[in-house]
Amino acid sequence: MEVSVKINGAAQSHDVEPRMLLVQYIREVVGLTGTNIGCDTSSCGACTVHLNGESVKSCTVLAAQVDGMEVETIEGLAGDDGSLHPVQQAFHECHALQCGYCTPGMVMASVSLIEENSSMTEDDVREGLEGNLCRCTGYHNIVKAVLQASEVSQ
Amino acid sequence: MIPANFDYVQVDTVDEAIQALGEHGDEAKLIAGGHSLLPLMKFRLATPAYLVDINRLDDLKYVRDSGDYLAVGALTRHCDVEKNDLIVSNAGVLAKATHNVGDPQVRHRGTIGGAIAHGDPASDIPSALLALKATVVVNGPEGEREINIENFFTGFLETDLNEDEMLTEIRVPKLPDAKWSFQKFNRRAQDWAIVGASIVCGEGHAGVGLVNMHSVPFRSESVESALLNGANAEEAGELAAEGTEAPSDLNASRDYREHLSRVLVRRGLQEAGR
Repeated sequence: MEVSVKINGAAQSHDVEPRMLLVQYIREVVGLTGTNIGCDTSSCGACTVHLNGESVKSCTVLAAQVDGMEVETIEGLAGDDGSLHPVQQAFHECHALQCGYCTPGMVMASVSLIEENSSMTEDDVREGLEGNLCRCTGYHNIVKAVLQASEVSQ
Repeated sequence: MIPANFDYVQVDTVDEAIQALGEHGDEAKLIAGGHSLLPLMKFRLATPAYLVDINRLDDLKYVRDSGDYLAVGALTRHCDVEKNDLIVSNAGVLAKATHNVGDPQVRHRGTIGGAIAHGDPASDIPSALLALKATVVVNGPEGEREINIENFFTGFLETDLNEDEMLTEIRVPKLPDAKWSFQKFNRRAQDWAIVGASIVCGEGHAGVGLVNMHSVPFRSESVESALLNGANAEEAGELAAEGTEAPSDLNASRDYREHLSRVLVRRGLQEAGR
């Protein structure tokens, strides 16, 4: 079936099988491999993207379901001139990554979280990121980065 | 993991959804948020031949004040239920239970109707609706019928819905003065409850719903009647496991779940001022 979707502002249109997952579509059809597949069971958050501005786990959404919608992935965050999004900048400054595998999902989840609540406590951030796992267990600096980015956004 | 092949159809009205269900019978499944159904399909535990996507039924996304009760459209997403002022002030336990479902990404997709229609005894939301004594409205070719929430769950992952019916609305009694508590015991933040309890105590109202203590979301009539007869938290809490048939699994034995239910109901009742 035909799926037309805007990904990072660019119109995409492809013929896909109904059973194709959004994360597969983003990675294998559109070729944006910044979004990772981790657990594939909506637990780990590595595949988090924005669907019409809200964070979702793209391993548990069908490509067919996003027809006519807007998707943003990690590749869409930085400015055209390469300037980092404030959340990316904060992750960079706080060294909020070790192996980096969870990072695209962490960043996308954090951007959505800050948009919904710009005055968060540390507890709010930890609870808000409960759906994103970092198997390096580097949570401390991730939380620091999100708090820093949310202060910048105020 | 990729689900088995299926045909996919998007519908724009409740009538279209019911018609599609009528045409394809037990080979069709409605998909709303999909966060229970798609994992089942990826594990090939569910292999529907037709998937009827109801996500575009914007008419079913609402929370309205209907006098004695709040009417909640079945497609209302968890993120909209948990923050809704009407629900927070009139049915606080539902807002709290909904906030405890999954994580923000899951709550952006999951819907209240889906959480109920899935009929999962481990789901948080049905326990809150049992404690509030809500009703659900289902639509089918014969029209509409209203069912008490406790009669809606008929077996493990089974409900009173006919093959050609869909859940359209949840009616939640307004209990702004009632005291309530939602208790959930799990090992990791976003996990399902090993055991959970929703408690609502108001004027002439005692509601106790248990999570993961039976093959269906369980209403504890033993605790409720003790409360109506004046029992305190400790006395009523002791009765929490009565009538349950808790499962044993990797997380907990049946005995341990029974113990947890007594502890959580007691704590919940104490939090609700009993």
